Amino acid sequence: MVGLTHASPSVEAVAEPARRERRFTPGGEALRRFRRHRLAAASVVVLVLLALAILVGPTLWPVPINDIDFTARLAPPSWEHPFGTDDLGQDLLARMIYGGRISLAVGFAAMAVGLFAGIVIGAIAGVSKGPVDAALMWVTDLFLSLPQLPLLLLVIYLFRDGLKNLVGPEGGTFILIVLVIGGFRWMSVARLVRAQFLSLREKEFVEAARALGASKLRLVVRHILPNALGPVIVAGTIDVAAAIIAESTLSFLGLGFPPDIPTWGRLLFDAKDYLDIAPHWALFAGGAIFLTVIAINFIGDGLRDALDPRKVM
Amino acid sequence: MGNYLLRRLIVAVPSLLGISLILFVLLALAPGDPFGELASNPNIPPEVREALRVKFGMDDPILVRYLHWLVAMLHGDWGFSFASRINVDTLILQRIPTTLYVVGTSQLLALAVALPIGVYAAMRPYSLFDQIANTFAFIGFSLPTFFTGLLLILIFSVNLGWLPFVYRTDIHATGWQWYWEYIKQAIMPIAVLGLFQAASYTRYIRSAVLDVIKLDYVTTARAKGIGERKVILKHVVRNALIPVVTLVALQMPSVFGGAIITEQIFRIPGIGSLLISAILANDTPVIMAVTFVFACLVVLFNLLADIIYGWLDPRISFS
Repeated sequence: MVGLTHASPSVEAVAEPARRERRFTPGGEALRRFRRHRLAAASVVVLVLLALAILVGPTLWPVPINDIDFTARLAPPSWEHPFGTDDLGQDLLARMIYGGRISLAVGFAAMAVGLFAGIVIGAIAGVSKGPVDAALMWVTDLFLSLPQLPLLLLVIYLFRDGLKNLVGPEGGTFILIVLVIGGFRWMSVARLVRAQFLSLREKEFVEAARALGASKLRLVVRHILPNALGPVIVAGTIDVAAAIIAESTLSFLGLGFPPDIPTWGRLLFDAKDYLDIAPHWALFAGGAIFLTVIAINFIGDGLRDALDPRKVM
Repeated sequence: MGNYLLRRLIVAVPSLLGISLILFVLLALAPGDPFGELASNPNIPPEVREALRVKFGMDDPILVRYLHWLVAMLHGDWGFSFASRINVDTLILQRIPTTLYVVGTSQLLALAVALPIGVYAAMRPYSLFDQIANTFAFIGFSLPTFFTGLLLILIFSVNLGWLPFVYRTDIHATGWQWYWEYIKQAIMPIAVLGLFQAASYTRYIRSAVLDVIKLDYVTTARAKGIGERKVILKHVVRNALIPVVTLVALQMPSVFGGAIITEQIFRIPGIGSLLISAILANDTPVIMAVTFVFACLVVLFNLLADIIYGWLDPRISFS
């Protein structure tokens, strides 16, 4: 029934006498708006399916990712290997499932890092006035004008070996990549949070809370922050997509995870030399990145519509 | 105007200093001592090692080291490439025109695609054209450049055989043939980079035009009986483009990021592919210098955008 909404609420009221009053909660309203963005709703389904495939995939398709079979080198998709095989005859479906776990994990972890840093910095800048605010915003603008990819590559080049010795090759690279990607993606969130804080802190409800004797921390955490979260959620969603692309880019340049870990970007990197004889290899890996990223971007667009109460739909 | 320029220049200096500080701190924090190899070499006595450290100022306070490094960078003394055996600044100067050529042309292509589509979509918001353009824009910036590059190679080089997929500087041809070969090899890289940017520019331009098109002065222009075409071109687009200048400048970091990937895929001899090969060869002086050059380019383009912005928008006072 929710999907079927009339042009104006009055029509509904006439058609359905006020026996069952519809309750409008902010969350319910946002959900209703989100569902009307058809591409976003479809994207949620796609993303959930992808996540499910990645999570339960290994139990349904228990083929080891490093099972070398030279008789089936660069084989096109078949019943035995639904996604074909690579140059060592390793099953691509199994490798894609494994790589998807890393790509999505990196995406969400980097988003969390960026969001956390952005909220903290933006909140501090928004609450404090004067030099602290100015300094933090100068740093934010500085970071916004940094060339991200060269610096990403530089940091990974300089610190890769150190962390590898500390935590091991896979964990070390994961931590480094997540921190670095997140560390270059907090600026837009910080700016959004600060802008929201600047307008919210002058509102009556904040003043009321302040008059009742709420501490500064309580004001921020209980009253201002929850009201500033809408745009931050949207930015966070987009950041997941950007982080997945960033990780794939690093792997594609051969500077991400170690070669034996098949992330989607790494699969593309390996596949690019066999484009003429095994195009399926590159197409499946690139298609997976594209599908994930576009689904997340559409969800972000839907959330933007859903969470902006001023927007007339 | 001169005053305004000067003010902008003064604002750019601290950000360059900030970037250089970040680069230096990264280098200083990185594990591994440049003299580590000497330390493990039994043929070098400890006294010599100590003398070398003192000579290169390795034990000076960090601020002194930063100032020395900064002065050297400003002098153009960027060190010596381990891998190529020439000075880093010569190496970069050789490579930079190619990068600027590819990036510049792709930006022109991006604007040439995005402007008409964005303006037309904003003239008919939520129409079929708008929705199709919006969907394509989403597809455009969700397709990572490394994947589009491979797709284009697969279609146009491998399957159709129309375009070469390796960028060459030594083309064996003369006259028109040379120009044709030169253009042909640049088509795919420029298209990859340009179309990726065009996707986000389309959305910027659409929303900028939408902001302007409902304003009173546009209605006035229409009421005066000026043709729709003239209203859009002379009154709407000119004003809508002012914020777009800033948005294009904000995209510069990602444009140069895309250039690195594109240069790597098509093997274009620019500074992006230089960076990657330097990283793979552990060539630290080149890596530092190229990163610094990229940062300078970004700051430079932001400065340029500020100046264009001041020139376009009469509401900004130069005093």
